[in-house]
Amino acid sequence: MNTDASVTSQASVAALNGPRWSAVGNVITIAKRELTGYFTSPVAYVFIVIFLLLLGFFTFMVGRFFQRNEASLFAFFMWHPWLYLFLVPAAGMRLWSEERRLHTIELLLTMPVTAWQAILGKFLASWAFLAIGLFLTFPMVITVAYLGDPDMGAIFCGYLGSLLTAGAYLSISSMTSALTRNQVVSFIISVVICLFLILAGWPPVTDLLVQWAPTWLVDLIASFSVWPHFETFQRGLIDSRDLIYFILVMVFSLFTTGVIIRSHRAG
Amino acid sequence: MIKVENLVKAFGPKLAVNGVSFTVERGEVLGFLGPNGAGKSTTMRMITGFIPPTSGRITIGGFDVVENPIAAKRLIGYLPENAPAYTDMTVMGFLRFAAELRGLRGAARDKAVERAIELCFLESVRHQSIDTLSKGFRHRTCFAQSIIHDPDVLILDEPTDGLDPNQKHEVRTLIRRMGEKKAIVFSTHILEEVDAACTRAIIIDRGRIVANGTPQELRQRSEMAGAVTMRVKGPTAAELRDRLQQLSTVRKTLFVKEDGPALCARVVPSPTALDGQLEESLFDLVMREKWRLLELKTEEGRLDEVFRSITLPDTAPSKKE
Repeated sequence: MNTDASVTSQASVAALNGPRWSAVGNVITIAKRELTGYFTSPVAYVFIVIFLLLLGFFTFMVGRFFQRNEASLFAFFMWHPWLYLFLVPAAGMRLWSEERRLHTIELLLTMPVTAWQAILGKFLASWAFLAIGLFLTFPMVITVAYLGDPDMGAIFCGYLGSLLTAGAYLSISSMTSALTRNQVVSFIISVVICLFLILAGWPPVTDLLVQWAPTWLVDLIASFSVWPHFETFQRGLIDSRDLIYFILVMVFSLFTTGVIIRSHRAG
Repeated sequence: MIKVENLVKAFGPKLAVNGVSFTVERGEVLGFLGPNGAGKSTTMRMITGFIPPTSGRITIGGFDVVENPIAAKRLIGYLPENAPAYTDMTVMGFLRFAAELRGLRGAARDKAVERAIELCFLESVRHQSIDTLSKGFRHRTCFAQSIIHDPDVLILDEPTDGLDPNQKHEVRTLIRRMGEKKAIVFSTHILEEVDAACTRAIIIDRGRIVANGTPQELRQRSEMAGAVTMRVKGPTAAELRDRLQQLSTVRKTLFVKEDGPALCARVVPSPTALDGQLEESLFDLVMREKWRLLELKTEEGRLDEVFRSITLPDTAPSKKE
């Protein structure tokens, strides 16, 4: 009896704390669950190990980090959009498809949370997971700092650009994983869209396009690409236009995720 | 607490739920019966705000589910069909997560989790990962999630599905006990559950309510309601049949058959017979003829018979719209 009464009163206290606080609380609760979910399965460890190994391989073997003889991490960052192309959809493919496959989505969305809180919570958790992976590349920073005298500001910008690129890809994976309960399908669609986002502004492709397409069209297509925005960050610049680009991609994709989830429920 | 008015849900051209209305007050346990695909789960999903209705109105404790979903959802505990749960979590972790989403923090959260674990007999598996649980435990874990915030309204979609008879009994007892203070709706296709736990039952078929009443009232609709079965020693079968036919209280004799050394007969009362008159006249007959009466039993009518007579089987050809 006693416990019943106090449980109910606590619930009403939480309800009285106002919608804004409970919204933040819900996002944090959902994000916490999602992030713990990564680390209770071997997926997280496999993912991080592969991410670090591949980055090392590309940076040192393909990017010829030492032969460049530069105190910068350009040879390291230039591979990130390509690695993310496969690794981010792999990390994000289960976000919603797993919920739909296990029918836990019915549980989650009948809790007193809005779909937006759930979408944001899950997205932030995956993004935090990718950030942890990225953070574990810190020995690279130590290496260049030991060998030379790099521009730490530029390195910080590089990391920021890399993190934003991962976030943009991840929001797209969130969208494709809401589309289907099959993780493989979600992964493939996501890779294709992300590939477009790279290639649309990748110099070898734009050079090819310029030969037959009018400049305005090439510019239009290129403006969809992450590549030029990612590159600005690698040059050590933080431009508000680049920030806006990444934020727009994320907002649009997460919004579409919400629309897709809503349409599934409407039947 | 729960008020459903003219609820309609269309999936494309097909009407899954077609004009369903009912109310459930605190202290009521409403059994939701119907064949598979009758629209039970769809109705429950609309009540809990998972899918929006095509038309109609649902209010929970005065809050409209469509216009004020968060306030309405706060009052509801929901056990979805097949009891989904995050398989990568432990029982404790899962219940904590549910409690936090229900706005419980810190000590209140832990207390709520302990209470739910105790009520649902999950003590032995509290640290176990959900994907290693047996079906019964998994079901009860999801059930625990639905009562974690001691909600005023409980919506349970087949709460006893996949449980063994002992567990079924426990869950029914729990539902009945909680029903004293809450408004509960639970769906089932096991008819004995209606008797065991419900104060009222609704039978739904092809998206429409075809019967609504207490289990008693529903049973009255049975052909067999009021029929009397007797076992008697003494007469021959022909003799018994003949004497029964002569009674004014008997409309029809359903059967007379040998049952060991005795005879067993079942008669349907005539429409003019008052309550108990048939039994009285049968007893008088036995006394008069100096037979020996072994058993006299009034049939209450059987729910499964009512169920069969008012719902169409899946295999019946469906009417085209």
